[in-house]
Amino acid sequence: MITLQWVYVFAGIAFAGFALLRLFDKRLGIGASAFWALLALSMLAGDRLGDFGNGLLVLALVAIAALGGLKHRTLPIEDAAERAEGAARFGNRLFGIALVIALTALAGTLGFKHVPGLVEAKQVTLISLALGVILALLIGHVVLRAPAMMPLRDGRRLMDQVGWAAILPQMLASLGAIFAAAGVGDVVGRLIGEAAPGAGLFTLVAIYALGMAAFTMVMGNAFAAFPVMMAAVGLPMLIHGHHGNPAAVAAIGMLAGFCGTLMTPMAANFNLVPAALLELKDRNGVIRAQVPTAIPLLAVNVFLIWWLAFPK
Amino acid sequence: MMVLIGIVIIAAGFVLRFNPLLVVVAAALATGMAAGMAPVAIIAMLGKSFNDTRYISVIWLVLPVIGMLEARGLQERARSIIAGMKGATTGRLLAGYLLLRQLTAAVGLTSIAGHPQTVRPLLAPMAEAAAEKQGVTGEDGKERIKALAAATDNIGLFFGEDIFLAIGSILLMKGLLEQEGISIEPFHLSVWAIPTAISAFLIHGFRLWRLDRKLAKDVAAKGEDAG
Repeated sequence: MITLQWVYVFAGIAFAGFALLRLFDKRLGIGASAFWALLALSMLAGDRLGDFGNGLLVLALVAIAALGGLKHRTLPIEDAAERAEGAARFGNRLFGIALVIALTALAGTLGFKHVPGLVEAKQVTLISLALGVILALLIGHVVLRAPAMMPLRDGRRLMDQVGWAAILPQMLASLGAIFAAAGVGDVVGRLIGEAAPGAGLFTLVAIYALGMAAFTMVMGNAFAAFPVMMAAVGLPMLIHGHHGNPAAVAAIGMLAGFCGTLMTPMAANFNLVPAALLELKDRNGVIRAQVPTAIPLLAVNVFLIWWLAFPK
Repeated sequence: MMVLIGIVIIAAGFVLRFNPLLVVVAAALATGMAAGMAPVAIIAMLGKSFNDTRYISVIWLVLPVIGMLEARGLQERARSIIAGMKGATTGRLLAGYLLLRQLTAAVGLTSIAGHPQTVRPLLAPMAEAAAEKQGVTGEDGKERIKALAAATDNIGLFFGEDIFLAIGSILLMKGLLEQEGISIEPFHLSVWAIPTAISAFLIHGFRLWRLDRKLAKDVAAKGEDAG
């Protein structure tokens, strides 16, 4: 059976490839090479390192990033003419290959259900995505006549662009685990719960929705904020106290949290990673572009909960 | 109360622009110690959840494919299609993408697009090419257009995916309410996501429409200066 473990091995080999290529690039320091090598180790042997061993690996990754080991120097684009020629020669076939990953992920997610035992059922989307990558590379090799080293070389170029932001989503998930173990959510919930009683219905709705957004901004994830705000305000005051429709309170409350996701650097994979991928000078550029949509939409969500969950 | 120190460190760290990885580790150590955990236990816990969440970083496997396609001219091709298209404006392009992203996410196709897969190789260069046609010059203007392309992808994904029944957040809501003795069908939760989805399209769409008008005005003003 194909399991997620196979995908980790594939990812480990890719990261090891990035590390080796960097090692041979004289223009760049070895800090980044060590960074990608450690990530390869995590992918290949993470289950054998033990919890404390993995913790040391995390500290080493952070140390390299904090000491500026990944400070990227923009490399000149050497192949502008080659690219223009490729665009003219291969035309829309380029789009076709770009879609191969998505289509394989889709087909695999739907199709592997009918062949039980072939792939690990819970991880079918990630496994299909990895299969799509392999398929796209093979098609690219044949149709675009891409040399074998080209995907690794140009993949590494993009990976260096992302830099330390590549592991920030994983780090934030780990911070979430510590917050949960320390009971941060309970404390915040209690504080908000103590502040709320005696308030009118509209104020309670506003506290609930704005609290969802604010706590999401802190945690970087609406999933972490939802249970806290639901337990502190949603269930006791809106659903039980004012007989609100539970489905509307929950669903629109979650979306109020998503407005918070648009406004925080803590949601790294949505906000900081694209800024790195797009080579923006301002690492908060994507957040800045989202705030003017997020704030009015948050206000709309407050009113939607008030109108739709509490029939007058 | 003391466990809230992690939140203070996070906020201060981001405002002072320290390396976010360092800020996260500092917040984790401070929070754990405030809760009475030993440093070794905190490091082990960080390591365990880092190892358990490796699936998040599997997405980087798409970079070799995107890199290969870019070396063969994918961005240039995306640009030239927009450049040759009459009536293609930044606002219209992004609004069209927003609608498509919301609709596909609403039927569960969340991973067919995203920042590495579509925004960097396709949407951002297309938006840039359209903006150039509308008279946007200079690095700052182009940066804003690229950031707006990424923003549009996020907004389309966030306010489409909750209409799909089997998405994680719907299952989380159902599970949590069930623990409290409130039984709800996923369908009822996803229906309530529709008003916000429509509002998101209207608000962001309005901003995109205003962007087109502003770009047109800027060009007109420049023309007068020159004349």
